[in-house]
Amino acid sequence: MTTDEAKEIIFDVLSNIAPEVSPDEVEHDVDLSEQLDLDSMDYLNWLIGISEVTGVEIPQRDASHFLTIDGAASYLLR
Amino acid sequence: MIEFKLPSLGADMDEAMLVAWLVAPGDIVERGQVIAEVETDKGIIEIECWEEGYVDELLLEPSPTKLSVGTPIALLRSIDDSAPARRAGAHDGAIIDAADPVEATDETEAIGTDGEDEALAAPRISPPIRHLAHELGVDISRLEPTGDRGEITRDDVRSASVPMSAPNERPRATPRARQVAMERGIDLLAVTPSRRDGLIVEEDLPAASEKPADATVELPINERDRGQAMRGAIARSMERSKREIPHYYLGTQIDLAAMMSWIEEANDDRSLTKRILPAALLLRAVALALREVPDFNGHWIDGAFRPSQDIHLGVAVSLRTGGLVAPAIVNADRLDLDEMMVSLTDLVARARSGRLRSSEMSDATITVTSLGDRGVDIVFPIIVPPQVAMVGFGRIAQRPVVVDESVVVHTVVDASLTADHRVTDGHRGGLFLLAIDRLLQEPDKL
Amino acid sequence: MTVTQPQSATVTMTYREAVREGIRDAVAGDDRVFLMGEDVGRYGGCYAVSKGLFDEFGEERIRDTPLSESGFVGAGIGAALGGMRPIVEVMTVNFSLLALDQIVNTAALYLHMSGGQFNVPIVIRMVTGAGRQLGAQHSHSLEAWFAHVPGLKVVAPATIEDARWMLATALEDPDPVIIFEHAALYGTSGEMPADSGPVDIDTARIRRSGDDVSIITHGGSLHKALTAAEELAASGISAEVLDLRSLRPLDSEAIIRTVSRTHRLVIVDEGWKSVGLSAEVLARVVEDAMWELDAPVKRVCSVEVPIPYARHMEEEALPQVHDIVVAALEILDR
Repeated sequence: MTTDEAKEIIFDVLSNIAPEVSPDEVEHDVDLSEQLDLDSMDYLNWLIGISEVTGVEIPQRDASHFLTIDGAASYLLR
Repeated sequence: MIEFKLPSLGADMDEAMLVAWLVAPGDIVERGQVIAEVETDKGIIEIECWEEGYVDELLLEPSPTKLSVGTPIALLRSIDDSAPARRAGAHDGAIIDAADPVEATDETEAIGTDGEDEALAAPRISPPIRHLAHELGVDISRLEPTGDRGEITRDDVRSASVPMSAPNERPRATPRARQVAMERGIDLLAVTPSRRDGLIVEEDLPAASEKPADATVELPINERDRGQAMRGAIARSMERSKREIPHYYLGTQIDLAAMMSWIEEANDDRSLTKRILPAALLLRAVALALREVPDFNGHWIDGAFRPSQDIHLGVAVSLRTGGLVAPAIVNADRLDLDEMMVSLTDLVARARSGRLRSSEMSDATITVTSLGDRGVDIVFPIIVPPQVAMVGFGRIAQRPVVVDESVVVHTVVDASLTADHRVTDGHRGGLFLLAIDRLLQEPDKL
Repeated sequence: MTVTQPQSATVTMTYREAVREGIRDAVAGDDRVFLMGEDVGRYGGCYAVSKGLFDEFGEERIRDTPLSESGFVGAGIGAALGGMRPIVEVMTVNFSLLALDQIVNTAALYLHMSGGQFNVPIVIRMVTGAGRQLGAQHSHSLEAWFAHVPGLKVVAPATIEDARWMLATALEDPDPVIIFEHAALYGTSGEMPADSGPVDIDTARIRRSGDDVSIITHGGSLHKALTAAEELAASGISAEVLDLRSLRPLDSEAIIRTVSRTHRLVIVDEGWKSVGLSAEVLARVVEDAMWELDAPVKRVCSVEVPIPYARHMEEEALPQVHDIVVAALEILDR
C-alpha cells in the first residue's frame, strides 16, 4: 500500500462520518477532532471503519496514532 | 376494524409527509413492527404500529402533503375480527321470515350504529374515566385501550395506576381540544383560551396556532431548508419550554478517575467494535440513578406529574448539518453496558442519517446531553417538554482536585441537572446528582 | 333552495303543485293507489293540494271521508291490508292525535305482531307546523312523536324536488310511511331538475356546504336555516346546512360527517326542545362524534309554551332566522 492509497481509504471512511467535508479542506497534520468537530462516537466509528476496510486491528493503546491524517496513514503503512 | 393513525412524533412535531409504505394490504402486522416511513422537520422517522392484525387498506398514498398527527392512514383488521358486529337486540324481538326483507329490522339497525366503524377512532376515553386517570395519576397516552370500541376502560386505568400526590384543577376544554391536546402531549393548563367564557378550543392549542396560515406548503426537500425547518421546530419547543416550565439548575463536579481507568482496562482487551465510550457509562449511571430518585423520570401532562414506569433516556445528538434531535434509548436501565453501547451507536447513526422511529421520538422520559470531549466545562440545558428534567455533562477534562489533603490532577466532569420546579426542588435534585456521582465511582457495577 | 344540477334544465313550481303532481302521477300510474281524507275530493283539499284531481280521477280514486280520523285512518289501514296503496291525508298532525291508536298500535305493529305475515303499505300525509295564527291546537309540530316509533318511517320534504318525488318512493314501501308537509311551504316556489325522478326516503342532504358550523334541520325550518347561513356568510362565517329529510330513520352518518367537518353544531327544530327531535340528533352526536365537538351545541326550537294565536307572539315563539344566527355566533364566540 502506498501513502496515497492509505489516505484514500482514510478519507473514504471519513466521508461516511462527515459527508459535508471535502478532502481539500482537511489539513493532514492537524488534529482531526478539532478540525472537523468530531466527537468520541464519530472518532470511534472512523477507527472501526478503517479497521474494517484494511483488516488492521487498532488496539486502544495505539489510538493516539490516529490523531491526524498523516498519523493514521503512517500507522497503516507499517 | 382498527384505524391506524399517524402517531405522535414528539412533543412539538405535529406534521409529517408520508414517504413510503413498508406493508401492503393483506400483510400481517405484529406489535412494534415498522409499517411506514414519514418525513418531518427532523428527518425520516419510521412509524411503528402497536396493534396486531392484517393490513386491510392503506388510506393514503405517499405524497408531499403534510399530514397532521392523528390523521388516519391505514385500516387494520384484528386477527380474529371478521365483520363489524351487529348490536344485540337490534331486531326488536320481531320473529321474521328471513326471505322477506323486514322494514322494522332495517330501520332499527339503521338507527343503531352501523356508522360506528367510521366514526370512531382509538384511543378514546370518556370524561369520567379520564377523571379517574387524573385522580390516580395515570398517564393516558401510555395506555393500551382494551374497550370494544377502541376506548380506554376503567380497568385499563386502574391496572396502570400509581399512587400520586394531590391532583390539580381540571382545565375547561372542548372534547376535541382534549383529544388533540392528548395526541400532541400538550398540557391544557398551560393553554390560554381565546373564548370569553374561558373554554379551550382546538384553535388555542399551541402547535395549531403556530402553524402557518397557508397549511398547504410542501415539506422542504433540500438540506438547507430542512435545516431551517428543524431550527424552527427546535425554536418552538424551546420557547414552549421556557414559557411553561419553571427551571432550576444544580451542578456538581464528579471525579471520573475510577471510571476512566476502568474504561481503559476494559477496552484494552476489546476489539474496536466492542469498545466502550465514557458516554455509555454516564448514561447507565443516569438510568440507574433514576431508579433511586424517580421524580425526574416522567412527564408533566394536564397539570400534574405522571411518573413513568419505564426509563427511556433521550440522548441529545447534534447533527453535522446543524440542529439537534433527542431520540430515546428505550428501557435504558435494563441494558447492560455492551447493550447500551450498541444502542447508543445505532441511535446516533440513525439520528445522523435521519432514520429514527416514531416511538424513539416520543417516548423519552428524561433527556441527557453531553458536550463530550471538546466542549465547554458546564452545560445548563433547557428541558424538553413534557419531560421534567435534563441531565448535562460538560467536557471530561483534567483538573486539580484535593485528595487526602493534597492537590492532584484527576479526570473530572461537571454534571448538571436542570429540573421542573413544579415537580421537584433543589434537595431532590441534589440527591439525584449525588446518586449519579456515587454510581460512577463503581463503574464495574454499571 | 339549491339546485343539484345547474347545467341541465329546471322546472319551477310551487310546493303545492309539486305535491299535487306527485299524487296525480301515483294515482294515474297504479290502480291500487287512491287518495282519501277530509275535503280532498269535491273541495279540492283544505290546502288546495288535490284541487282538480277529483274531476280528473273521480270519486273512487279521490275519496272524501267522514270527519273521523280514527275511522278513516283505520279504513285506510284496512285498504292497505287488502292490497290497495292508499294515500291517507290527515288534515294536520293536530288531528292525527285522534288516530294515534290506528297509526301507532295498528299500522306500525301489524307486521311485527303478525310474525311478518301482514304488511301495511299505507302512506299518511299530514300538514305540520305553525306560523299562520291558527291557535295552539292547530299549530303543533309533532314529527318527533312518530319518529319515536319502530314500525313507522317518517319523512319531511323541504324542497320542491322532495315534495314531488318522496311520495312515489313512499308508495313503493310495503310498510307505513308518514309524510310531513309544513303548512308554510305550500305557497313557496322553487326549482327542481327537469329530469328529476323518485328520491330516497332515508338519507339527509347537504343543502349548503360550509366549514365553520353545521346547522341541522328539516322541513319548514330549512329555508330559515339557509337564510341564516347567508347572513352568517356576510360576517365571514361559513355555515353548512344539513336537511335531515328522513326523520326515521335518521341519517346518522350524514350527521356525524357534517359535525366532523365543522366541529360546531346548531340544531333547528320547530318542535319543542324538551324530549324532541333536536335531543335525538344531539344524542347521536355525543354518542358517535364526541371528540369532534369543539364548541357547545345549541338547539334552536320553539319556546316551551303552547303556540300563541296572536301573530307577534307566535313569531316570538317559533324559531326564526335571527335566533339561528345568534346561536351560531354564540358558539363561535363572536
